[in-house]
Amino acid sequence: MNLEAVLPLFIFIAIVFLIGIWAGKFVSRSDSFLQEYFLGGRSLGGFILAMTLVTTYGSASSFLSGPGTAYNEGLGWVLLSMTQLATGYFVLMVLGKRFAIVTRKYKTVTIVDFLKERYQSKWVVILSAASILIFLFSAMSAQWIGGARLIQSLTGISYFTSLCIFSLAVLVYVVVGGFRAVAITDGIQGIIMFLGTLILLIAVVIAGGGVSQIMSDLAAENPNLITPFGADGSLTPAYVSSFWVLVGVGVVALPQIAVRAMSYKNAKALHRGIIISTFVVGFIMLNMHLIGVFGRTVLPGIEIGDTVMPELAQAVLPGWAAGIVLAAPMAAIMTTVNSLLLMVSSTIVKDVYLNYVRPDAGDTTIRRWSMGATALIGIIVILMSLQPPDLIIWLNLFSMGGLEAAFIWPIILGLYWRRGTKHGAIASMLTGVISYIIFESFYPQPFGMHSVVTSMMLAFVAYVSGSLLYKKESLPCEIV
Amino acid sequence: MKEKEWNDKRYKIANREAWIGVGLVIFNFIWWFGFAYGLGSKSPESYHYIFGFPAWFFFSCILGFIVMMALTVFVVKFFFKDVSLEAEEEE
Repeated sequence: MNLEAVLPLFIFIAIVFLIGIWAGKFVSRSDSFLQEYFLGGRSLGGFILAMTLVTTYGSASSFLSGPGTAYNEGLGWVLLSMTQLATGYFVLMVLGKRFAIVTRKYKTVTIVDFLKERYQSKWVVILSAASILIFLFSAMSAQWIGGARLIQSLTGISYFTSLCIFSLAVLVYVVVGGFRAVAITDGIQGIIMFLGTLILLIAVVIAGGGVSQIMSDLAAENPNLITPFGADGSLTPAYVSSFWVLVGVGVVALPQIAVRAMSYKNAKALHRGIIISTFVVGFIMLNMHLIGVFGRTVLPGIEIGDTVMPELAQAVLPGWAAGIVLAAPMAAIMTTVNSLLLMVSSTIVKDVYLNYVRPDAGDTTIRRWSMGATALIGIIVILMSLQPPDLIIWLNLFSMGGLEAAFIWPIILGLYWRRGTKHGAIASMLTGVISYIIFESFYPQPFGMHSVVTSMMLAFVAYVSGSLLYKKESLPCEIV
Repeated sequence: MKEKEWNDKRYKIANREAWIGVGLVIFNFIWWFGFAYGLGSKSPESYHYIFGFPAWFFFSCILGFIVMMALTVFVVKFFFKDVSLEAEEEE
């Protein structure tokens, strides 16, 4: 690849790195290290809130594999991707002010923290911390490998060097700057993702000879490409609709997303955040996948889905502009990885170490442990990325649905339903995760839908029956 | 969770706003599903086109996005209340 396109990419990585380091100065100033490092001192404004929410959610799949699948499946896949529009408003509206108020009362910093205060149960903490560590660690490793491979394919330098560049760029500022550094760099990278999408969309439409021309080319090749049913007609309404659960409303239960719903400053920031995130997520998802479909007529015959977007950018744009557009998937990966890294480290430090190992730890100890744990996890991920174990790859397949099935009812019903108890929460988490893994492995798509739907229903039954069966124990007796 | 934590006047506002979120997502789903499969299920030869896109896609995905955007702005501006979120101001 030519230097003209590589240069903007590296300049972009350098800028993100410097801003991340700059944000780190807040950490040394703050009077509450934990609140600052893991939650940015609950001070996010609307714009940064929206951007960090959208970019944490939007990952390699939104910019690489998603458009690649749309390239092969046609408009039906764009229809499916639009189920994600709901994440823009649903997460912030449903967790909303109630979550913000409750987590302030409890002074919680993480999702596990919230569950611990709500259910007052060691087992809830252990189960939730374990699911976060297992699923998010593997999800992070997969994205990390994706980031290194992307640099490798764009620049032609070796995988090992690419991995080092990527790791250095992300790891240092997350370790030093914590949540605020993550959120601020997410803001910058969100703008890049937005602009990259816009530039590429315009260029691809022009290269394809206008929308009408593209659509008639697609229809001439295979009429199914312009129907909602996919290239071979196999995308059924039930299956596509079930993505409203997996990538729409279910996203509310992803810990790295939900934690953002307690990080904003005030109600105004929430209101602005809802509007901005709906716009940005809708814009990126709609257009990025459309680009994949349009690309089929511009550059036919691409075999590996993940390369559709990079190849298109280089084919239809001048070198420097391609560099800016290609910074978008890079940004998508970096913004997901940095949040996951901090999430895993907060689980270890706040939820395990401070809860059970050293509840009396002083500020300096916490500081040293938080930064140390973040760095250590990063290094473990790098080592694993050199030769990814099969277990990690296997676990990553379950990560999104598994976390949603585990957390959706303990979080939502724990927040709104007074009679929910720890028995319900434990039953719900176990039922959700185990049934999801069993369905995915042995009986995918029960009732023609993604298996996350059935698992969530089972988890709901488990929560309600677990809570009601042990009703007496749950009534609060202490009065403060 | 302690007894008093379930009693907070602000929860009434918060609960209403959460239900608005649920309502929006149901409306969003019906709009998306209705246009996509209502107009998209006939054979591709008989499709109508709007701005170059098949009508089902234009209404479901493009107009659907614009409508949801407008609705979100509308409910946030007119139905969402600006309340304090801080713990101290509860009673």
